[in-house]
Amino acid sequence: MLKRPHYIALGLVVMLTLSILNLPSQTRARLKLGIGGSFLPLIGLTSSSQRLVERASDSMVPRGELLRHNDALRQENQQLRLQLKAGEHALQENDRLRHLLGWQQQSRLKLRLARVILSEPANWWRTVQIDLGTRDGVSNNLPVLATTPEGSLVGRISQVSLTKSQVVLLGDPNCKVAARVYPSGDTGIVGASGPLDSGFVEMGFLSKNANLKPGQVVKTSGKGGVFPENIPIGNIVDVHSVESGLASVARVKLAANLGNLEEVWVRFP
Amino acid sequence: MNWLDTILVLFAAFLAVFWEAAFQGVRYLLGAQIDLLPPLMVYASLCAGLNTALLLAVCGGLWFDSLSANPLGISVLPLVVIGVAIYASRELILRNQTFARVVIGLAASIAVPLITLMLLLTTGHKPLLGWGTLWQVLVMGCGGALATPIFFELFGWLHHKLGRAQASELSFRPDREIRRGK
Repeated sequence: MLKRPHYIALGLVVMLTLSILNLPSQTRARLKLGIGGSFLPLIGLTSSSQRLVERASDSMVPRGELLRHNDALRQENQQLRLQLKAGEHALQENDRLRHLLGWQQQSRLKLRLARVILSEPANWWRTVQIDLGTRDGVSNNLPVLATTPEGSLVGRISQVSLTKSQVVLLGDPNCKVAARVYPSGDTGIVGASGPLDSGFVEMGFLSKNANLKPGQVVKTSGKGGVFPENIPIGNIVDVHSVESGLASVARVKLAANLGNLEEVWVRFP
Repeated sequence: MNWLDTILVLFAAFLAVFWEAAFQGVRYLLGAQIDLLPPLMVYASLCAGLNTALLLAVCGGLWFDSLSANPLGISVLPLVVIGVAIYASRELILRNQTFARVVIGLAASIAVPLITLMLLLTTGHKPLLGWGTLWQVLVMGCGGALATPIFFELFGWLHHKLGRAQASELSFRPDREIRRGK
């Protein structure tokens, strides 16, 4: 059985834990970031070894294949340059017309690429950690987008330290997004999903008369003040009534693959 | 308290927490990440003493929470409960039997997430729960059950390599000494 020193040690541990749990939220967040900082050497070691493996595998690719790949990229680059020029021209025209109509100027998209360095170890949350922190200008609640061409929504920044940030992903109970269905225009809230299906989320608070069909596009509505308007979220899969038919809930298939995130965009205001 | 054991256990906990956050292969395959802290706690409470087990609970729990969205400190208490429960009944457990290790590892790996979820719900948090949680707890239990005997073997081997070697018996026996008179 336990002896007296054991009871003292046990009491100390319980007291320490309870005092940590009851710390003010800011102090607790700082302490959490400080303790998390002890993993930085291991994170650095892992990423440098990954780079080493990538370099080793790169050196084994035949030269002919690299040249072909290079040619294809060069052609794609030229096409994209032309598209960029056309886009810039359209943007200038848009700005000029807005100015003539007296509308507010649209802010340009500011994005910064971040690498996903760690995932959530617990099974009941959905978060990842990225390698951008306060020194890169990251702050809480900035939207995080996938690196796919359509730049669909992944989540938002929830905690920031000097060198890394925590991103709370779509489907986590702490990441709720005001969304709109296109083309019907119905609005709702994208919330949590089941613990196993990371590719789907539920969109609630929809009107019982909402005209929803599978395949319709869901985008951020811009309401709520956290996420800007028109960021793609996913597509509606099915709709069912809840609360005795007074409201509807839609299941949405996410456009971003949250199970396999390697790089993400952080969108600055 | 054996300092070598304590250092080895804490180092293993540090690496285990990092592995859980850095490598997601098990989650892609089975839909749940395995928690390696409960199997380590089983080893610490059965072989390394209560102080080491308590240190493991504090350090391991804080490390785990620092990489997770859990409130800091919430994972410490379940590990303490499991560690003390196993330590209190260590004389009844056949710790050298692989089957006993597997069963204790399974029980600890199921109990720790359940207590953590209960604490999260009690403190007003809303974790992701559903029927899928049962599967996740099952995967965590089976993973922990498999990891427990592996940890016992690993630490046994490390102890053998790094610990002090047992002094060999000398051929000298004091009762056979010839006492010479003047």
